Amino acid sequence: METATRAYPPGEHPDQKPPIGQSGVLYWMHKNLFSSPFNVILTLLTAYFLYLLLPPLFGWLMIDSVFVADSRDHCRELGSGACWGFIGKRLGQFTYGFYPHDERWRVVLCFALFVAACVPILWDGAPNRKKWLYFAAAFPFIAFWLLIGGNGSIAAYGILFALVVVPVVYFSPIDDADGADTGGLTYVLLAVWAFLLIGLQNIFFSTDVDIGIGGLGNVMRTLITLLLIGLTMVPLFHRGMAGKLRRQWATGFFALAALWHFVGGTNFGFSSDHLLTIVDTDQFGGFMLTMVIGVTGIVVSLPLGILLALGRQSDLHIIRWVCTGFIEFIRGVPLIALLFVASTMLNYFLPPGSNFDLLLRVLIMVVLFSAAYLAEVVRGGLQAIPKGQTEAADAMGLRYWQSMRLIVLPQALKISIPGIVNTFIGLFKDTTLVVIIGLLDPLGIGRASLSDTKWQGLSTEVYVFIAIFFFICCFSMSRYSIYLENKLHTGHRED
Amino acid sequence: MKTLSKFALSAAAAGLIASAGASAGTLDDVKSKGFLQCGISTGFPGFAFTDDAGNWQGFDPAVCKAVAAAIFGDTEKVKYTTTTGKTRFTALSSGEVDVLARNTTWTFSRDTDLKLDFVGINYYDGQGFMVPAELGVSSAKDLDGASVCIQTGTTTELNLADYFRTNNISYEAVPIETNDEARTNYVAGRCDVYTTDASGLASTRSALEDPSAHVVLPEIISKEPLGPLVRHGDSEWADIIRWTLNAMITAEELGVTSENVDKMATGTDNPEINRLLGSEGDLGAMIGLDKAWAWRAIKMVGNYGEVFEQFIGKETPIGIERGVNDLWTNGGILYSPPFR
Repeated sequence: METATRAYPPGEHPDQKPPIGQSGVLYWMHKNLFSSPFNVILTLLTAYFLYLLLPPLFGWLMIDSVFVADSRDHCRELGSGACWGFIGKRLGQFTYGFYPHDERWRVVLCFALFVAACVPILWDGAPNRKKWLYFAAAFPFIAFWLLIGGNGSIAAYGILFALVVVPVVYFSPIDDADGADTGGLTYVLLAVWAFLLIGLQNIFFSTDVDIGIGGLGNVMRTLITLLLIGLTMVPLFHRGMAGKLRRQWATGFFALAALWHFVGGTNFGFSSDHLLTIVDTDQFGGFMLTMVIGVTGIVVSLPLGILLALGRQSDLHIIRWVCTGFIEFIRGVPLIALLFVASTMLNYFLPPGSNFDLLLRVLIMVVLFSAAYLAEVVRGGLQAIPKGQTEAADAMGLRYWQSMRLIVLPQALKISIPGIVNTFIGLFKDTTLVVIIGLLDPLGIGRASLSDTKWQGLSTEVYVFIAIFFFICCFSMSRYSIYLENKLHTGHRED
Repeated sequence: MKTLSKFALSAAAAGLIASAGASAGTLDDVKSKGFLQCGISTGFPGFAFTDDAGNWQGFDPAVCKAVAAAIFGDTEKVKYTTTTGKTRFTALSSGEVDVLARNTTWTFSRDTDLKLDFVGINYYDGQGFMVPAELGVSSAKDLDGASVCIQTGTTTELNLADYFRTNNISYEAVPIETNDEARTNYVAGRCDVYTTDASGLASTRSALEDPSAHVVLPEIISKEPLGPLVRHGDSEWADIIRWTLNAMITAEELGVTSENVDKMATGTDNPEINRLLGSEGDLGAMIGLDKAWAWRAIKMVGNYGEVFEQFIGKETPIGIERGVNDLWTNGGILYSPPFR
């Protein structure tokens, strides 16, 4: 057999095995663990510490631990490790807080819907993404209704909200002859305001205004409200309408619908019997409370933070001063101080007997706090965008909001992703601070549970359990941020 | 017009605040809401904790339950607001809670300056010290230079400073936030001494791996009378809480328990029992309740002694002796004014 060199056509040369000693486990170990005397020492030391650490850790966590028990003493009889039976017995409390047993399916359903709503937002490859987005936009309202209960009108608002907002934000023709984009934005802001106002008014302060026209009146009232809302949406589907008229039409009918709603009654035609039992927010607790505060904080503070960042760079002095003042004030004050203001100080300012939901107060403070931090993160991104970009947009004839939405923000936000997610993770973990003002997040539930003399002294188990939950949440966020960075990586970076 | 003015009112409040109606007496408010809003601690062994089913239990919630039983005849008609050492008084003064039953020490300034009313004392506590037995310390006066775990924002912090200053000994404070944190720090040896109310020491000691390796020193350096409190300015409401508590103490003194109360309510030879349980006279009407108010509280929650034994007494892991918290007839200082 001659060892003639065989000629392969270009690109078809088979892969050859690397030379002996240049591959395999031994090679990898030599290269990564034992490449120099110093590394040999480090490797051996690490291995020794792992040997010391891991067996007892696993013994405590798994092998010697007890998964079913009735009390701490019972646990101690059964095994010397962790007493997971305690967590098992209290899992309902840790998850739902004091949410009534019979209503817990609502929390579960809400969480399932939350996951479903996240899909189209977080993953642009989702099938039928556009349709899902409607659902995602309506989700906050539906979640509100599911968790708090009531007659469902808030969920109806949510569906309307989605119908109004999603088309304008995502699918509106931005090069409308009359600069309809600006109009669209006004419209969105107005719609958001009106819905929020009505929704809040409806849920927290149910002023049961009754004009006393009875059952038939109820039906009429509903029909008229729906008609007005329907008219509000005409400009969305009637593209021929001039931008200015669209704007006026929508705002006008919107105001009418809102007014009718206030005067005509709070119900959306559903009977005033509550479809879902009202659950007070002071019964929220555990992981559910963490999720409510964390998710609301994240969702609301991002748009607010972007607006603040833009405001801080605005050419309009008053807006700039207000935004800068707000950001600097909030950043200069610890979150705990804000929470104390929310829980104690506000009560002194409000009229006696007024009942301004504590959780809502906390949510507002958390949102403001995180928005101020986000604004600075986003401002960092904005400043990294060369001035040429905005100048080019100006030269193209784009208006301010158009150039921001189409040119500047997509680039600025892309740069800011690690910072934004960093702030989110921080915010999510900061939710545990609410325990200081007496809201029972998982740590608070843990404290209340540990005070039961049956289980006293098992704090390590509680903290490990809660740590696992937080690690899963925060690690997912961090991985998602990496996925997003890679997806949006357009090759401008050297690596 | 009414509609319009109501609309204007809610609009004026920026759609955020609704007035909860004109404020009549707290009792009327409570009756119309249909439940008692009770401020409790976020967790204190024996005094307030959640059971496996997620309900609040303990020596302090028992007061709330007794009041709810007296007013509504239902111990479930209580909503609990958990308060921390820092938020408790605001929660009460702002009207967030109707009554605060949260191991709170009755002091001069809290009663007067904070505009609160302590309606009675349901536990006489005092601050003590716990040290590991191996230190060989037998008196708090030997603690010179010791590091002391101390809960911040409580009267114990001030008492400690006072006591060490009067006795001219030095110490190093290790500030901690909760009882559980204190236990962990103490076990880990980050402080030599743990000081808090004697009841807290007893419960903390009971949860240690080897309780006998730790001793509670004999010195009690402060008076900590704990009791429920209400806002200034509504004496009728304060009366209800005060006399519900007194009814529980009197019931123990008269030998009325949750078991025999039904029998006794049909009438006994003792006129005071009859007045207490409503078979003679009508004391309930004087505080805006019906005749059977005390009977319900005792039936559904128990007398003072029963509650004590159930949550913190000798048979529980906390194992507190009655001591000064026994009836005056048994050598303690519990003493209820007569029901007459």
